[in-house]
Amino acid sequence: MSPEKYSILIVDDEQVVRDSLVHWFTEEGYEVEAAASASEALSRLAARELDLVIADIRMPGMDGLELLEKIRSEQLDTSVIIMTGYASVESAVRALKQGAFDYVTKPFDPDELSVAVRNALEQHRLKRENRLLRQQLAESFALTELIGQSEPMRRVREQIETVAGVDSTVLIEGESGTGKELVARAIHRLSPRRFHPLVVVHCGALTETLIESELFGHEKGAFTGAQYRKKGKFEAAMGGTVFLDEIADISLKTQTDLLRVLQEREIVRVGGTQPVKVDFRVIAATNRNLAELVKEGRFRSDLYYRLNVFAIQLPPLRERHGDVPLLATHFLEKYSRQMNRKFTGFDRGAMELLVSHNWPGNVRELENIVERAVVVGREPLIRAADLAINRPSEGTEDLSLEAVERRHIIRVLEDFAWNQTQAAKALGIDRVTLYHKIRRYGLKPPERTRATRA
Amino acid sequence: MKLPAWAAGVRLVPVGGFPPELLEEISRRSGIPAGSPALDPSPAYDPARDQYDSTRLLLELKARWEGRVMGAAGLDLFIPVLTFVFGEAEMGGRAAVFSIHRLRQEFYGLPPNRDLLVERAVREMLHELGHLAGLPHCPDAACLMSPAHSVEQVDAKSAEYCPACQAGLERAGG
Repeated sequence: MSPEKYSILIVDDEQVVRDSLVHWFTEEGYEVEAAASASEALSRLAARELDLVIADIRMPGMDGLELLEKIRSEQLDTSVIIMTGYASVESAVRALKQGAFDYVTKPFDPDELSVAVRNALEQHRLKRENRLLRQQLAESFALTELIGQSEPMRRVREQIETVAGVDSTVLIEGESGTGKELVARAIHRLSPRRFHPLVVVHCGALTETLIESELFGHEKGAFTGAQYRKKGKFEAAMGGTVFLDEIADISLKTQTDLLRVLQEREIVRVGGTQPVKVDFRVIAATNRNLAELVKEGRFRSDLYYRLNVFAIQLPPLRERHGDVPLLATHFLEKYSRQMNRKFTGFDRGAMELLVSHNWPGNVRELENIVERAVVVGREPLIRAADLAINRPSEGTEDLSLEAVERRHIIRVLEDFAWNQTQAAKALGIDRVTLYHKIRRYGLKPPERTRATRA
Repeated sequence: MKLPAWAAGVRLVPVGGFPPELLEEISRRSGIPAGSPALDPSPAYDPARDQYDSTRLLLELKARWEGRVMGAAGLDLFIPVLTFVFGEAEMGGRAAVFSIHRLRQEFYGLPPNRDLLVERAVREMLHELGHLAGLPHCPDAACLMSPAHSVEQVDAKSAEYCPACQAGLERAGG
C-alpha cells in the first residue's frame, strides 16, 4: 500500500482518455480527479491542493499550455505534465520552457508514463520539503541566538519581530560586542527577503577608496588593479539585505554617495557612468552616538535621518547582569559541543566572578572568556581560575597570552592617539588584523566611551 | 501462497483461442476453476491499432457471466491512452482480463519457454485478481501487486502477495 497518497488531476476533453487514465492511476495507488476543460481544472485547483496536473495540449477553449501558464502565473503549488496526441518538437519545447515538468505523447508507453509521473511527484515532494525546511530553519534560528530574559532584551526581540516584516531601514545602536550583527541577521531571517542574501559590510575595516568599490562595485580599469568589472555589495544583495556595520566610520564623501543610493535605489559603479537599479534593504549599526556626530558635523544629518527610520538600542551587558548566567551557560554548551568536552556548568566561585564583572567588551567578551575556559578548564565544572577575568579583590595580573596581547594593543593604540594605521604598523600587523583584534577585545578609544549611550 | 475461499467463486474463462492446456495449468496452480465457452473478442478489436480494447472486453465478460469473472486472453490488449496493457481489472468490481501475448518469449524474438510463460501468466492473473479485490499497486517491489510495465518487472517480483496485500485480499471476500 502506498505510504503517502499523491493527488493527480487529469485534464482532457476526451471522456475515454479521462476514464482510462483515472482507472489506470487509481490502480497505481494514486488519488485521481478528472476535469473536462482547463477552466474546470482551475476551479478544482482553487478548491484544493493537488500534487500533479496531467493536461492535454489540445482542448477547446483554454488549451493545455495556457492552463500551464495560468498555473505558473498564479504560483500554484503543483507539477504539470503536458500530453499530446501529435508529437511535435515545437510544442514539446514550448511546454518545457513554460515550466512543464515533462511532455508525453499519446498513446503512452505504460513504463514511460509511470516513470514520468513518479519523477514529477518526487520533484514536487522535494520542492515542498525544501521550502518547508527553509521556513522552519529561518523561524527557529532567528531569535534563539538573542538570549536574555531581561526586560531590555525582551523589548529588543519584540522590536525585531515588529520591524522584520516591514521593509524599512533599521539603525542598530549598541556598544561593541552587544550583538548588533545577530540582530541584523534575525531581522533578515524573519523578513520577506530571507531567501535572498544578507550581505555584511564592516565599514570600519575598509579604507576610503576600498569602501566605494566594495559598496558600489567598479568597472574594469577604474583604478590600478581593477582588472575585471566587479559587482558591489548592493548589487550582490539581489533583493536581500545589506548590513552596514560601523556606519559611523565612513567618510563624508562616502556618506554622500550612500545617501544617493538610498534615495535613488540605483548605483553607479566606480569608473562607470551607467546607473544600475538595485533592490535591497539596509540595516546599519554603530557603536557611536550618531546624533552626537551629526552635531559635531562629522555625520551628515540627512543620511542620519534616512537610516534612523526604526532604531533598536542594544543594552550593554552591564545593564542586564541578570542575563549573564543564561548567556554563560549557552556559550558553555556551545563550545563544549564544538570541542567535544563534557562540562556541566560553572562552580560557585566562577559564577560569582562572571556576575560581578563589569563586561566592558559585552557579550563578545563573555563568549571569548567562556570559550577559553572550555579549552583550559577541567571537566565537569568551570572554576574561577579558568576564567581570564581579573578578580576585583585580588587584582593579580592575568599573565595569559591573550591578556598580555590585549594590554599591549591598548598601550600602542594610546601611544598613537588611536590612529589605527600607525598603531598597526608599530605592531607589525595589517590594519584589518588590528581592527579585528580591537573588536575581539572590545577596545574603545577614551572619547568614544563618552560618546556612547549608556 | 494461499488464495482466500472467495477466489474459488471466480470463473476463469478463455477469451478467443486461448491454449486449453495452459488454462488448465493456471487453474490448477491457482485453484480458480476454469469455465467455458470462450468469449468472442471481435467486438473489442480496433483495426487502426490492430489490438483489442481491454476495457471493452471487461464489458463483454460482464454481459456474459454473473459474478466475478477473469478473462484469459492471448491477444494484444490496449487502453486508449497506453500503447499496451498486460491486463486490466475493475477495481473492486466484477471483471478482469489478462493476456499472455506479451508474456511469451517469442514476442521479444527469443526461443519459446513454456515454464517461464506459465510462471508469468499465473503472476499476471493473480495481480489482476488483486485489483478485482480492490487492491491498488503496492510499493513493495517483491509483492505480486507491485506495478509491472515490462516482462522484466513481472519476472522481478515474487509469486506472493506481501502481508498487507494478502490481508486486503482476505477482506475482499464479499
